[in-house]
Amino acid sequence: MNPPVLIASIYVFALAAFLGYQVISRVPPLLHTPLMSATNAISGISLIGSLVLAGAGNSRLAHILGFVAVTTATVNVVGGFGITDRMLKMFGKRLDRKAPIAPGSK
Amino acid sequence: MSLTSYFMEATYLVASVLFILSLKGMSRPETARRGMFLAEGGMLAAIIGTLVGQHIVTWGWIIAGLTLGSLVGAWMAVSVPMTAMPQRTALSHAFGAFAAALVGVGEFLTHGAEMGAVTRGALGFEVMLGALTTTGSLIAAGKLQGVIGGKPIQFRGQNAINLAICLAMTGSFLFFWMHPETVAAFYSMLGLAFVFGVMLVIPIGSADMPVVMSLLNSYAGLAAAATGFVLGNNVLIIAGTLDGFSGFILSVLMCKAMNRSITNVLFGGFGSVIAEAAAETGGVMREITLDDAAMQLAFASRVVFVPGYGLATAQAQHAVRELAELLEGRGVTIKYAIHPVAGRMPGHMNVLLAEANVPYSALYEMEQINPEFPSTDVVVVIGANDVVNPDARDNPKSLIAGMPILEVDRARSVIVLKRGQGRGFSGLENPLFFKACTTMLYGDAKASLAHLAQAIQHV
Repeated sequence: MNPPVLIASIYVFALAAFLGYQVISRVPPLLHTPLMSATNAISGISLIGSLVLAGAGNSRLAHILGFVAVTTATVNVVGGFGITDRMLKMFGKRLDRKAPIAPGSK
Repeated sequence: MSLTSYFMEATYLVASVLFILSLKGMSRPETARRGMFLAEGGMLAAIIGTLVGQHIVTWGWIIAGLTLGSLVGAWMAVSVPMTAMPQRTALSHAFGAFAAALVGVGEFLTHGAEMGAVTRGALGFEVMLGALTTTGSLIAAGKLQGVIGGKPIQFRGQNAINLAICLAMTGSFLFFWMHPETVAAFYSMLGLAFVFGVMLVIPIGSADMPVVMSLLNSYAGLAAAATGFVLGNNVLIIAGTLDGFSGFILSVLMCKAMNRSITNVLFGGFGSVIAEAAAETGGVMREITLDDAAMQLAFASRVVFVPGYGLATAQAQHAVRELAELLEGRGVTIKYAIHPVAGRMPGHMNVLLAEANVPYSALYEMEQINPEFPSTDVVVVIGANDVVNPDARDNPKSLIAGMPILEVDRARSVIVLKRGQGRGFSGLENPLFFKACTTMLYGDAKASLAHLAQAIQHV
Protein backbone atom coordinates (compact mmCIF):
# COMPACT_ATOMS: atom_id res chain seq x y z
CA MET A 1 0.00 0.00 0.00
CA ASN A 2 1.71 3.21 -1.15
CA PRO A 3 1.42 6.38 0.95
CA PRO A 4 -1.30 8.22 -1.05
CA VAL A 5 -3.53 5.12 -1.00
CA LEU A 6 -2.88 4.63 2.68
CA ILE A 7 -3.80 8.23 3.45
CA ALA A 8 -6.97 7.94 1.38
CA SER A 9 -7.84 4.73 3.26
CA ILE A 10 -7.34 6.45 6.59
CA TYR A 11 -9.67 9.23 5.45
CA VAL A 12 -12.27 6.64 4.50
CA PHE A 13 -11.86 4.93 7.88
CA ALA A 14 -12.16 8.17 9.85
CA LEU A 15 -15.19 9.39 7.91
CA ALA A 16 -16.89 6.02 8.17
CA ALA A 17 -16.27 6.02 11.92
CA PHE A 18 -17.75 9.48 12.26
CA LEU A 19 -20.74 8.64 10.08
CA GLY A 20 -21.24 5.35 11.90
CA TYR A 21 -21.31 7.14 15.23
CA GLN A 22 -23.86 9.66 13.95
CA VAL A 23 -26.14 7.10 12.37
CA ILE A 24 -25.95 4.43 15.03
CA SER A 25 -26.48 6.66 18.05
CA ARG A 26 -29.92 7.41 16.58
CA VAL A 27 -31.01 3.78 16.68
CA PRO A 28 -33.48 3.31 19.57
CA PRO A 29 -32.78 0.62 22.21
CA LEU A 30 -35.92 -1.10 20.92
CA LEU A 31 -33.96 -2.11 17.81
CA HIS A 32 -30.55 -2.82 19.33
CA THR A 33 -30.74 -6.58 18.78
CA PRO A 34 -31.66 -6.26 15.09
CA LEU A 35 -28.98 -3.56 14.82
CA MET A 36 -26.29 -5.88 16.10
CA SER A 37 -27.50 -8.66 13.88
CA ALA A 38 -27.60 -6.33 10.85
CA THR A 39 -24.18 -4.75 11.34
CA ASN A 40 -22.84 -8.26 11.83
CA ALA A 41 -24.33 -9.33 8.52
CA ILE A 42 -22.91 -6.23 6.85
CA SER A 43 -19.44 -6.94 8.20
CA GLY A 44 -19.77 -10.29 6.45
CA ILE A 45 -18.56 -8.17 3.52
CA SER A 46 -15.23 -9.87 4.14
CA LEU A 47 -16.94 -12.42 1.88
CA ILE A 48 -15.58 -10.48 -1.09
CA GLY A 49 -12.05 -11.01 0.16
CA SER A 50 -12.83 -14.69 0.61
CA LEU A 51 -14.16 -14.95 -2.95
CA VAL A 52 -10.90 -13.65 -4.36
CA LEU A 53 -8.91 -16.06 -2.22
CA ALA A 54 -11.04 -19.04 -3.26
CA GLY A 55 -11.17 -18.14 -6.93
CA ALA A 56 -7.86 -16.47 -7.67
CA GLY A 57 -5.55 -17.93 -5.05
CA ASN A 58 -2.39 -19.49 -6.47
CA SER A 59 -2.20 -22.70 -4.46
CA ARG A 60 -4.38 -25.59 -3.39
CA LEU A 61 -4.06 -24.48 0.23
CA ALA A 62 -5.21 -20.94 -0.65
CA HIS A 63 -8.23 -22.38 -2.46
CA ILE A 64 -9.19 -24.50 0.51
CA LEU A 65 -8.76 -21.63 2.98
CA GLY A 66 -10.79 -19.51 0.59
CA PHE A 67 -13.52 -22.13 0.39
CA VAL A 68 -13.82 -22.28 4.19
CA ALA A 69 -13.79 -18.48 4.39
CA VAL A 70 -16.46 -18.17 1.69
CA THR A 71 -18.60 -20.70 3.54
CA THR A 72 -18.35 -19.06 6.97
CA ALA A 73 -18.76 -15.53 5.56
CA THR A 74 -21.82 -16.63 3.59
CA VAL A 75 -23.33 -18.17 6.72
CA ASN A 76 -22.73 -14.84 8.40
CA VAL A 77 -24.33 -12.83 5.60
CA VAL A 78 -27.30 -15.06 4.77
CA GLY A 79 -28.02 -16.02 8.37
CA GLY A 80 -27.55 -12.47 9.60
CA PHE A 81 -29.81 -10.80 7.06
CA GLY A 82 -32.38 -13.58 7.32
CA ILE A 83 -32.70 -13.37 11.08
CA THR A 84 -32.67 -9.56 11.08
CA ASP A 85 -35.56 -9.58 8.67
CA ARG A 86 -37.42 -12.08 10.84
CA MET A 87 -37.01 -9.80 13.85
CA LEU A 88 -37.96 -6.62 12.01
CA LYS A 89 -41.07 -8.32 10.64
CA MET A 90 -42.18 -8.85 14.24
CA PHE A 91 -41.74 -5.18 14.99
CA GLY A 92 -43.62 -4.19 11.86
CA LYS A 93 -46.62 -6.46 12.08
CA ARG A 94 -48.36 -4.62 14.90
CA LEU A 95 -48.53 -1.33 13.08
CA ASP A 96 -51.89 -2.12 11.55
CA ARG A 97 -53.33 -3.79 14.63
CA LYS A 98 -53.44 -1.46 17.59
CA ALA A 99 -53.98 -2.74 21.07
CA PRO A 100 -57.65 -2.62 22.07
CA ILE A 101 -58.43 0.36 24.26
CA ALA A 102 -61.51 -0.09 26.34
CA PRO A 103 -63.70 2.85 27.30
CA GLY A 104 -62.82 4.47 30.59
CA SER A 105 -59.12 3.78 30.32
CA LYS A 106 -56.66 6.57 29.89
CA MET B 1 -7.99 0.08 -15.41
CA SER B 2 -10.23 -2.23 -17.38
CA LEU B 3 -13.95 -1.78 -17.79
CA THR B 4 -14.74 -4.66 -15.45
CA SER B 5 -12.59 -3.08 -12.74
CA TYR B 6 -14.56 0.15 -13.07
CA PHE B 7 -17.75 -1.83 -12.80
CA MET B 8 -16.46 -3.55 -9.66
CA GLU B 9 -15.46 -0.27 -8.03
CA ALA B 10 -18.87 1.16 -8.90
CA THR B 11 -20.66 -1.73 -7.19
CA TYR B 12 -18.47 -1.19 -4.11
CA LEU B 13 -19.42 2.46 -3.99
CA VAL B 14 -23.10 1.60 -4.36
CA ALA B 15 -22.77 -1.04 -1.63
CA SER B 16 -21.12 1.44 0.76
CA VAL B 17 -23.90 3.99 0.27
CA LEU B 18 -26.60 1.35 0.67
CA PHE B 19 -25.04 0.04 3.91
CA ILE B 20 -25.09 3.51 5.43
CA LEU B 21 -28.65 4.15 4.27
CA SER B 22 -29.75 0.82 5.72
CA LEU B 23 -28.39 1.72 9.16
CA LYS B 24 -30.08 5.09 8.88
CA GLY B 25 -33.34 3.21 8.32
CA MET B 26 -32.76 1.45 11.63
CA SER B 27 -33.59 4.65 13.50
CA ARG B 28 -37.30 3.78 13.29
CA PRO B 29 -39.12 0.43 13.38
CA GLU B 30 -41.25 1.52 10.41
CA THR B 31 -38.27 2.03 8.11
CA ALA B 32 -35.94 -0.61 9.50
CA ARG B 33 -37.08 -3.47 7.31
CA ARG B 34 -36.83 -1.45 4.10
CA GLY B 35 -33.37 -0.43 5.22
CA MET B 36 -32.33 -4.05 5.44
CA PHE B 37 -33.42 -4.69 1.86
CA LEU B 38 -31.05 -1.92 0.83
CA ALA B 39 -28.21 -3.57 2.72
CA GLU B 40 -29.00 -6.93 1.13
CA GLY B 41 -28.98 -5.27 -2.30
CA GLY B 42 -25.65 -3.66 -1.48
CA MET B 43 -24.16 -6.97 -0.47
CA LEU B 44 -25.40 -8.67 -3.63
CA ALA B 45 -24.01 -5.86 -5.77
CA ALA B 46 -20.60 -6.13 -4.08
CA ILE B 47 -20.52 -9.91 -4.59
CA ILE B 48 -21.45 -9.65 -8.28
CA GLY B 49 -18.97 -6.82 -8.77
CA THR B 50 -16.20 -8.91 -7.23
CA LEU B 51 -16.98 -11.97 -9.33
CA VAL B 52 -16.99 -9.87 -12.50
CA GLY B 53 -14.07 -7.59 -11.73
CA GLN B 54 -11.54 -9.91 -10.14
CA HIS B 55 -9.57 -12.44 -12.08
CA ILE B 56 -11.42 -15.50 -10.91
CA VAL B 57 -9.86 -18.61 -12.38
CA THR B 58 -11.45 -21.45 -10.45
CA TRP B 59 -15.17 -21.36 -9.79
CA GLY B 60 -15.64 -24.70 -8.08
CA TRP B 61 -14.59 -23.64 -4.60
CA ILE B 62 -16.59 -20.41 -4.81
CA ILE B 63 -19.80 -22.10 -5.87
CA ALA B 64 -19.39 -24.82 -3.26
CA GLY B 65 -18.73 -22.29 -0.50
CA LEU B 66 -21.58 -20.00 -1.46
CA THR B 67 -24.02 -22.90 -1.67
CA LEU B 68 -23.00 -24.53 1.58
CA GLY B 69 -22.90 -21.20 3.42
CA SER B 70 -26.29 -20.15 2.09
CA LEU B 71 -27.86 -23.43 3.14
CA VAL B 72 -26.46 -23.28 6.67
CA GLY B 73 -27.23 -19.57 6.96
CA ALA B 74 -30.79 -19.95 5.74
CA TRP B 75 -31.34 -22.88 8.07
CA MET B 76 -30.08 -20.81 10.99
CA ALA B 77 -32.21 -17.83 10.02
CA VAL B 78 -35.38 -19.89 9.87
CA SER B 79 -34.90 -22.27 12.75
CA VAL B 80 -33.35 -20.28 15.59
CA PRO B 81 -35.86 -19.32 18.29
CA MET B 82 -35.82 -15.71 19.51
CA THR B 83 -34.70 -16.79 22.98
CA ALA B 84 -31.55 -18.19 21.37
CA MET B 85 -30.81 -14.96 19.52
CA PRO B 86 -27.74 -14.08 21.64
CA GLN B 87 -26.12 -17.48 20.96
CA ARG B 88 -26.88 -17.21 17.28
CA THR B 89 -25.44 -13.72 17.06
CA ALA B 90 -22.33 -14.84 18.93
CA LEU B 91 -21.91 -17.76 16.51
CA SER B 92 -22.36 -15.42 13.60
CA HIS B 93 -19.64 -13.15 15.00
CA ALA B 94 -17.40 -16.20 15.17
CA PHE B 95 -18.11 -17.13 11.54
CA GLY B 96 -17.53 -13.61 10.24
CA ALA B 97 -14.34 -13.14 12.24
CA PHE B 98 -13.04 -16.56 11.19
CA ALA B 99 -13.54 -15.62 7.54
CA ALA B 100 -11.56 -12.42 8.11
CA ALA B 101 -8.76 -14.34 9.85
CA LEU B 102 -8.64 -16.90 7.01
CA VAL B 103 -8.49 -14.20 4.37
CA GLY B 104 -5.56 -12.80 6.32
CA VAL B 105 -3.79 -16.15 6.36
CA GLY B 106 -4.48 -16.59 2.66
CA GLU B 107 -3.14 -13.14 1.93
CA PHE B 108 0.00 -13.99 3.90
CA LEU B 109 0.43 -17.22 1.93
CA THR B 110 -0.02 -15.62 -1.48
CA HIS B 111 1.43 -12.12 -1.09
CA GLY B 112 3.35 -12.32 2.19
CA ALA B 113 6.69 -11.82 0.51
CA GLU B 114 5.94 -8.56 -1.28
CA MET B 115 3.93 -6.83 1.45
CA GLY B 116 4.91 -3.37 2.64
CA ALA B 117 5.21 -2.45 6.29
CA VAL B 118 1.79 -0.81 6.52
CA THR B 119 0.00 -3.71 4.89
CA ARG B 120 1.82 -6.13 7.20
CA GLY B 121 0.67 -4.11 10.20
CA ALA B 122 -2.92 -4.18 9.00
CA LEU B 123 -2.60 -7.90 8.28
CA GLY B 124 -1.46 -8.47 11.86
CA PHE B 125 -4.47 -6.65 13.25
CA GLU B 126 -6.80 -8.47 10.92
CA VAL B 127 -5.49 -11.89 11.88
CA MET B 128 -5.28 -11.19 15.63
CA LEU B 129 -8.72 -9.58 15.90
CA GLY B 130 -10.25 -12.20 13.65
CA ALA B 131 -8.78 -15.11 15.57
CA LEU B 132 -9.52 -13.87 19.07
CA THR B 133 -13.06 -12.92 18.09
CA THR B 134 -13.59 -16.39 16.64
CA THR B 135 -12.73 -18.31 19.80
CA GLY B 136 -14.10 -15.62 22.14
CA SER B 137 -17.45 -15.68 20.37
CA LEU B 138 -17.54 -19.47 20.40
CA ILE B 139 -17.01 -19.46 24.17
CA ALA B 140 -19.67 -16.77 24.57
CA ALA B 141 -22.09 -18.80 22.46
CA GLY B 142 -21.28 -21.90 24.54
CA LYS B 143 -21.99 -20.04 27.76
CA LEU B 144 -25.24 -18.58 26.46
CA GLN B 145 -26.38 -21.97 25.18
CA GLY B 146 -25.47 -23.58 28.49
CA VAL B 147 -22.92 -25.94 26.93
CA ILE B 148 -20.28 -24.30 29.11
CA GLY B 149 -21.32 -23.23 32.60
CA GLY B 150 -22.49 -19.63 32.75
CA LYS B 151 -20.52 -19.01 35.93
CA PRO B 152 -17.28 -17.09 35.54
CA ILE B 153 -14.28 -19.43 35.34
CA GLN B 154 -11.52 -17.92 37.44
CA PHE B 155 -8.30 -18.99 39.01
CA ARG B 156 -5.41 -17.44 40.85
CA GLY B 157 -3.13 -15.34 38.68
CA GLN B 158 -5.60 -15.30 35.81
CA ASN B 159 -5.05 -11.68 34.91
CA ALA B 160 -1.27 -12.21 35.00
CA ILE B 161 -1.55 -15.20 32.66
CA ASN B 162 -3.84 -13.28 30.32
CA LEU B 163 -1.41 -10.40 30.30
CA ALA B 164 1.43 -12.80 29.48
CA ILE B 165 -0.53 -14.29 26.57
CA CYS B 166 -1.43 -10.83 25.32
CA LEU B 167 2.21 -9.73 25.50
CA ALA B 168 3.40 -12.87 23.75
CA MET B 169 0.83 -12.31 21.01
CA THR B 170 1.84 -8.67 20.59
CA GLY B 171 5.50 -9.72 20.64
CA SER B 172 4.94 -12.25 17.86
CA PHE B 173 3.13 -9.61 15.89
CA LEU B 174 5.97 -7.10 16.25
CA PHE B 175 8.54 -9.76 15.35
CA PHE B 176 6.57 -10.72 12.26
CA TRP B 177 6.20 -7.06 11.38
CA MET B 178 9.93 -6.44 11.55
CA HIS B 179 10.98 -9.78 10.07
CA PRO B 180 8.29 -10.76 7.55
CA GLU B 181 10.29 -13.77 6.42
CA THR B 182 9.79 -15.52 9.80
CA VAL B 183 6.78 -17.66 9.12
CA ALA B 184 6.85 -19.01 12.68
CA ALA B 185 6.17 -15.56 14.15
CA PHE B 186 3.05 -15.19 12.02
CA TYR B 187 1.64 -18.55 13.05
CA SER B 188 2.50 -18.10 16.71
CA MET B 189 0.62 -14.78 16.59
CA LEU B 190 -2.34 -16.58 15.06
CA GLY B 191 -2.27 -19.39 17.62
CA LEU B 192 -1.86 -17.08 20.60
CA ALA B 193 -4.77 -14.94 19.37
CA PHE B 194 -7.00 -18.03 19.33
CA VAL B 195 -5.96 -18.83 22.91
CA PHE B 196 -6.33 -15.22 24.03
CA GLY B 197 -9.93 -15.14 22.77
CA VAL B 198 -10.79 -18.09 25.00
CA MET B 199 -9.03 -16.61 28.02
CA LEU B 200 -10.72 -13.27 27.54
CA VAL B 201 -14.25 -14.62 27.75
CA ILE B 202 -14.12 -17.51 30.24
CA PRO B 203 -13.86 -15.28 33.35
CA ILE B 204 -17.03 -13.39 32.40
CA GLY B 205 -20.41 -14.43 33.80
CA SER B 206 -23.58 -14.81 31.71
CA ALA B 207 -25.15 -11.70 33.19
CA ASP B 208 -22.38 -9.58 31.71
CA MET B 209 -22.92 -11.07 28.26
CA PRO B 210 -24.59 -7.94 26.79
CA VAL B 211 -21.25 -6.12 27.12
CA VAL B 212 -19.18 -9.02 25.82
CA MET B 213 -21.50 -9.54 22.85
CA SER B 214 -21.21 -5.87 21.92
CA LEU B 215 -17.43 -5.92 22.24
CA LEU B 216 -17.08 -9.03 20.10
CA ASN B 217 -19.39 -7.40 17.57
CA SER B 218 -17.04 -4.46 17.53
CA TYR B 219 -13.92 -6.65 17.14
CA ALA B 220 -15.49 -8.60 14.28
CA GLY B 221 -16.17 -5.32 12.51
CA LEU B 222 -12.68 -3.99 13.10
CA ALA B 223 -11.23 -7.25 11.76
CA ALA B 224 -13.20 -6.68 8.55
CA ALA B 225 -11.99 -3.06 8.41
CA ALA B 226 -8.38 -4.25 8.82
CA THR B 227 -9.00 -6.67 5.93
CA GLY B 228 -9.98 -3.62 3.92
CA PHE B 229 -6.64 -2.02 4.69
CA VAL B 230 -4.78 -5.20 3.68
CA LEU B 231 -6.64 -5.54 0.37
CA GLY B 232 -6.85 -1.80 -0.25
CA ASN B 233 -10.61 -2.13 -0.45
CA ASN B 234 -12.79 0.77 0.71
CA VAL B 235 -16.11 -1.03 0.98
CA LEU B 236 -14.53 -3.43 3.48
CA ILE B 237 -13.16 -0.50 5.46
CA ILE B 238 -16.53 1.25 5.50
CA ALA B 239 -18.67 -1.79 6.36
CA GLY B 240 -16.19 -3.00 8.97
CA THR B 241 -15.91 0.39 10.59
CA LEU B 242 -19.68 0.78 10.78
CA ASP B 243 -19.89 -2.59 12.54
CA GLY B 244 -16.94 -1.79 14.77
CA PHE B 245 -18.45 1.48 15.91
CA SER B 246 -21.89 0.06 16.34
CA GLY B 247 -20.49 -2.58 18.66
CA PHE B 248 -18.44 -0.02 20.51
CA ILE B 249 -21.41 2.30 21.07
CA LEU B 250 -23.51 -0.61 22.31
CA SER B 251 -20.78 -1.72 24.74
CA VAL B 252 -20.61 1.78 26.19
CA LEU B 253 -24.40 1.90 26.55
CA MET B 254 -24.48 -1.50 28.24
CA CYS B 255 -21.70 -0.55 30.65
CA LYS B 256 -23.53 2.65 31.52
CA ALA B 257 -26.69 0.66 32.17
CA MET B 258 -24.75 -1.37 34.74
CA ASN B 259 -22.68 1.57 35.98
CA ARG B 260 -19.47 -0.31 35.35
CA SER B 261 -16.41 0.30 33.25
CA ILE B 262 -15.45 -2.00 30.39
CA THR B 263 -12.27 -2.93 32.29
CA ASN B 264 -14.35 -3.94 35.27
CA VAL B 265 -16.58 -6.18 33.17
CA LEU B 266 -13.63 -7.80 31.39
CA PHE B 267 -11.31 -8.30 34.33
CA GLY B 268 -13.54 -7.89 37.40
CA GLY B 269 -15.27 -11.27 37.36
CA PHE B 270 -18.41 -9.82 38.93
CA GLY B 271 -20.70 -12.25 40.67
CA SER B 272 -18.09 -14.72 41.82
CA VAL B 273 -16.69 -13.29 45.02
CA ILE B 274 -19.70 -11.40 46.24
CA ALA B 275 -21.59 -13.91 48.34
CA GLU B 276 -20.23 -12.79 51.69
CA ALA B 277 -20.69 -9.12 50.91
CA ALA B 278 -24.46 -9.27 50.88
CA ALA B 279 -25.77 -7.34 53.83
CA GLU B 280 -28.76 -8.73 55.65
CA THR B 281 -31.82 -6.59 55.34
CA GLY B 282 -34.31 -6.93 58.13
CA GLY B 283 -37.97 -7.60 57.62
CA VAL B 284 -40.12 -10.26 56.10
CA MET B 285 -41.29 -10.92 52.62
CA ARG B 286 -45.06 -10.95 52.42
CA GLU B 287 -46.60 -13.57 50.22
CA ILE B 288 -49.74 -12.82 48.24
CA THR B 289 -52.37 -15.32 47.14
CA LEU B 290 -53.34 -15.65 43.50
CA ASP B 291 -56.83 -14.35 44.11
CA ASP B 292 -55.63 -11.25 45.94
CA ALA B 293 -53.13 -10.54 43.19
CA ALA B 294 -55.80 -11.02 40.53
CA MET B 295 -58.11 -8.67 42.44
CA GLN B 296 -55.42 -5.98 42.66
CA LEU B 297 -54.69 -6.19 38.95
CA ALA B 298 -58.32 -6.30 37.86
CA PHE B 299 -59.23 -3.14 39.74
CA ALA B 300 -56.10 -1.16 38.91
CA SER B 301 -56.14 1.52 36.26
CA ARG B 302 -52.42 1.59 35.46
CA VAL B 303 -50.28 -1.51 35.47
CA VAL B 304 -46.62 -1.79 34.48
CA PHE B 305 -44.93 -5.11 33.75
CA VAL B 306 -41.20 -5.34 34.40
CA PRO B 307 -39.82 -8.36 32.54
CA GLY B 308 -36.37 -9.72 33.35
CA TYR B 309 -34.36 -12.57 31.94
CA GLY B 310 -36.31 -14.91 34.22
CA LEU B 311 -39.31 -14.27 31.98
CA ALA B 312 -37.40 -15.59 29.00
CA THR B 313 -36.06 -18.66 30.78
CA ALA B 314 -39.60 -19.49 31.91
CA GLN B 315 -40.82 -18.98 28.29
CA ALA B 316 -43.54 -16.76 29.72
CA GLN B 317 -43.64 -14.04 27.04
CA HIS B 318 -46.92 -15.25 25.60
CA ALA B 319 -48.46 -15.74 29.03
CA VAL B 320 -47.68 -12.15 30.00
CA ARG B 321 -49.15 -10.81 26.76
CA GLU B 322 -52.34 -12.83 27.29
CA LEU B 323 -52.69 -11.50 30.82
CA ALA B 324 -52.05 -7.97 29.56
CA GLU B 325 -54.71 -8.26 26.85
CA LEU B 326 -57.20 -9.54 29.37
CA LEU B 327 -56.51 -6.56 31.62
CA GLU B 328 -56.66 -4.14 28.69
CA GLY B 329 -60.07 -5.57 27.90
CA ARG B 330 -61.13 -4.48 31.40
CA GLY B 331 -59.86 -0.96 30.76
CA VAL B 332 -56.49 -1.21 32.47
CA THR B 333 -53.63 0.71 30.86
CA ILE B 334 -50.68 -1.62 30.38
CA LYS B 335 -47.07 -0.65 29.86
CA TYR B 336 -43.87 -2.65 29.83
CA ALA B 337 -40.72 -1.24 31.43
CA ILE B 338 -37.56 -2.46 29.73
CA HIS B 339 -34.20 -2.07 31.44
CA PRO B 340 -31.29 -1.80 28.97
CA VAL B 341 -29.67 -4.98 30.31
CA ALA B 342 -32.88 -6.95 30.76
CA GLY B 343 -31.77 -9.70 28.37
CA ARG B 344 -28.58 -11.41 27.29
CA MET B 345 -27.77 -8.97 24.50
CA PRO B 346 -28.67 -5.33 23.86
CA GLY B 347 -32.38 -4.98 23.10
CA HIS B 348 -33.04 -8.69 23.60
CA MET B 349 -36.14 -8.24 25.78
CA ASN B 350 -37.82 -6.06 23.14
CA VAL B 351 -37.38 -8.81 20.58
CA LEU B 352 -38.76 -11.47 22.91
CA LEU B 353 -41.86 -9.41 23.67
CA ALA B 354 -42.33 -8.42 20.04
CA GLU B 355 -42.29 -12.10 19.14
CA ALA B 356 -45.11 -12.65 21.63
CA ASN B 357 -47.11 -9.96 19.76
CA VAL B 358 -46.69 -7.26 22.36
CA PRO B 359 -47.06 -3.97 20.43
CA TYR B 360 -43.79 -2.05 20.54
CA SER B 361 -45.69 1.13 21.40
CA ALA B 362 -46.29 -0.45 24.83
CA LEU B 363 -42.56 -0.99 25.46
CA TYR B 364 -41.00 1.80 27.48
CA GLU B 365 -37.35 2.55 28.13
CA MET B 366 -36.08 3.18 31.62
CA GLU B 367 -35.88 6.98 31.30
CA GLN B 368 -39.40 7.16 29.90
CA ILE B 369 -41.09 4.99 32.48
CA ASN B 370 -39.34 5.98 35.71
CA PRO B 371 -41.30 9.24 36.18
CA GLU B 372 -44.53 7.28 35.75
CA PHE B 373 -44.07 4.81 38.59
CA PRO B 374 -45.51 7.07 41.34
CA SER B 375 -48.81 7.17 39.45
CA THR B 376 -48.81 3.43 38.74
CA ASP B 377 -51.21 1.26 40.73
CA VAL B 378 -49.55 -2.11 40.35
CA VAL B 379 -46.12 -3.08 39.08
CA VAL B 380 -45.64 -6.74 38.21
CA VAL B 381 -41.97 -7.76 38.33
CA ILE B 382 -41.41 -10.97 36.40
CA GLY B 383 -38.05 -12.67 36.79
CA ALA B 384 -36.15 -9.41 37.28
CA ASN B 385 -34.10 -8.68 40.37
CA ASP B 386 -31.05 -6.44 40.26
CA VAL B 387 -32.54 -3.99 37.79
CA VAL B 388 -35.25 -3.14 40.33
CA ASN B 389 -33.00 -3.18 43.42
CA PRO B 390 -33.46 0.16 45.23
CA ASP B 391 -30.09 -0.37 46.96
CA ALA B 392 -28.44 0.72 43.72
CA ARG B 393 -29.96 4.14 44.28
CA ASP B 394 -30.10 4.40 48.09
CA ASN B 395 -27.15 2.49 49.48
CA PRO B 396 -23.79 3.91 48.38
CA LYS B 397 -22.05 0.86 49.85
CA SER B 398 -23.97 -1.56 47.69
CA LEU B 399 -22.00 -3.42 45.03
CA ILE B 400 -24.37 -2.19 42.39
CA ALA B 401 -24.48 1.38 43.79
CA GLY B 402 -25.06 3.89 41.03
CA MET B 403 -26.47 1.38 38.55
CA PRO B 404 -29.54 2.99 37.01
CA ILE B 405 -32.65 1.05 38.03
CA LEU B 406 -36.33 0.91 37.30
CA GLU B 407 -37.75 2.68 40.34
CA VAL B 408 -40.66 0.33 40.88
CA ASP B 409 -40.59 0.88 44.64
CA ARG B 410 -42.19 4.29 44.00
CA ALA B 411 -45.36 2.64 42.68
CA ARG B 412 -48.40 2.13 44.91
CA SER B 413 -47.94 -1.60 45.02
CA VAL B 414 -45.52 -4.14 43.59
CA ILE B 415 -46.13 -7.83 42.94
CA VAL B 416 -42.93 -9.80 42.45
CA LEU B 417 -43.21 -13.09 40.58
CA LYS B 418 -40.36 -15.22 41.71
CA ARG B 419 -39.40 -18.86 41.56
CA GLY B 420 -38.25 -18.99 45.18
CA GLN B 421 -36.59 -16.89 47.82
CA GLY B 422 -33.16 -16.85 46.14
CA ARG B 423 -31.04 -13.89 45.16
CA GLY B 424 -30.17 -12.33 41.80
CA PHE B 425 -27.04 -13.03 39.79
CA SER B 426 -25.01 -10.67 41.93
CA GLY B 427 -26.07 -12.52 45.06
CA LEU B 428 -27.36 -9.29 46.56
CA GLU B 429 -30.26 -9.02 48.95
CA ASN B 430 -33.01 -6.95 47.35
CA PRO B 431 -34.67 -4.55 49.85
CA LEU B 432 -37.54 -4.10 47.39
CA PHE B 433 -38.86 -7.50 48.46
CA PHE B 434 -39.14 -6.33 52.07
CA LYS B 435 -40.90 -3.03 51.42
CA ALA B 436 -44.41 -2.48 52.70
CA CYS B 437 -45.75 -1.98 49.18
CA THR B 438 -44.28 -5.26 47.91
CA THR B 439 -45.88 -8.69 47.89
CA MET B 440 -44.38 -11.90 46.56
CA LEU B 441 -46.07 -14.46 44.34
CA TYR B 442 -43.92 -17.59 44.29
CA GLY B 443 -43.84 -20.19 41.56
CA ASP B 444 -42.95 -20.67 37.93
CA ALA B 445 -43.57 -17.37 36.10
CA LYS B 446 -45.44 -18.93 33.20
CA ALA B 447 -47.78 -20.91 35.45
CA SER B 448 -48.35 -17.96 37.77
CA LEU B 449 -49.25 -15.67 34.89
CA ALA B 450 -51.65 -18.23 33.43
CA HIS B 451 -53.30 -18.75 36.81
CA LEU B 452 -53.58 -15.00 37.28
CA ALA B 453 -55.33 -14.72 33.92
CA GLN B 454 -57.77 -17.45 34.93
CA ALA B 455 -58.45 -15.82 38.29
CA ILE B 456 -59.06 -12.43 36.66
CA GLN B 457 -61.68 -13.92 34.38
CA HIS B 458 -63.61 -14.90 37.50
CA VAL B 459 -63.31 -11.53 39.24
